[in-house]
Amino acid sequence: MAKRAILGLVTLGLVVAAAFASFYVVPMERTMGPIQRIFYFHAASAWAGMTAFFVCFFGNLLYVWRRQPKWDWLGISAAEVGLAFTTIVLITGPIWAHPVWGIWWTWDWRLTSTFVMWLLYVSYLLLRTLIAEPDRRALLSAFFGIFAFLDVPLVYFSIRWWRTQHPQPVVMGGPGSGLEPTMRKVFFFSVLAMHALMVLLLSERYRLEKLRGEVDDLRREAEAQ
Amino acid sequence: MKNFDSIFAAYVLGWAVFFGFYLSIGKRASSLRTEIEQLKNSLSRGK
Repeated sequence: MAKRAILGLVTLGLVVAAAFASFYVVPMERTMGPIQRIFYFHAASAWAGMTAFFVCFFGNLLYVWRRQPKWDWLGISAAEVGLAFTTIVLITGPIWAHPVWGIWWTWDWRLTSTFVMWLLYVSYLLLRTLIAEPDRRALLSAFFGIFAFLDVPLVYFSIRWWRTQHPQPVVMGGPGSGLEPTMRKVFFFSVLAMHALMVLLLSERYRLEKLRGEVDDLRREAEAQ
Repeated sequence: MKNFDSIFAAYVLGWAVFFGFYLSIGKRASSLRTEIEQLKNSLSRGK
């Protein structure tokens, strides 16, 4: 309980500090103006979402290998958390795009692959609702999760491999790219804050799945009586 | 501030997703705890 409270307080502190820094510390971006400040929320959420999907992939691989329920619990928990972060990305992206591009959405490689990633993980969650038997549900969804993860590197590299309407990478984007030093510091601080939030949500969601595992065990016991 | 409405909407909607998700975890956990109690009671009655 104490650990959860500490994690919650640290996360709250980091998230509030990151929001404050993105409004009051970073300088105004010359071309876009204040709307650029959405970037610190949008891009940091995207990074945290992709990390969650990587954790899901890791859980899925380990479940296929070891067949231990804890890896299935990690997989489903990380998939839901990743989906929450990706939903934020898909909401904040168009809100930023409309004043900057003049359109809410375009089917370029980055936006399309992100939307496909979101659909794949929604399908992952739906698939689990269709299978009642816990072991079969865990194995099939682990295979589907491994397949779904194939889209994640595509999302990351899409702006590096193809010309897109979405801005080219400003972090780790090679020569000619980059952020103003204060913007860079605040961006990485926002990434840290969003990752702390991701860990908090993941640990809470994992506890829920553990309870579900307990329910499954008790049901089996009741059926055997 | 220029585009204040857009910035406000992005932050409000974004945080609404996080809070909604966090609340849904709490709600589901509470219903599972109730189910665990019921199952434990019915198992102890059956013994």
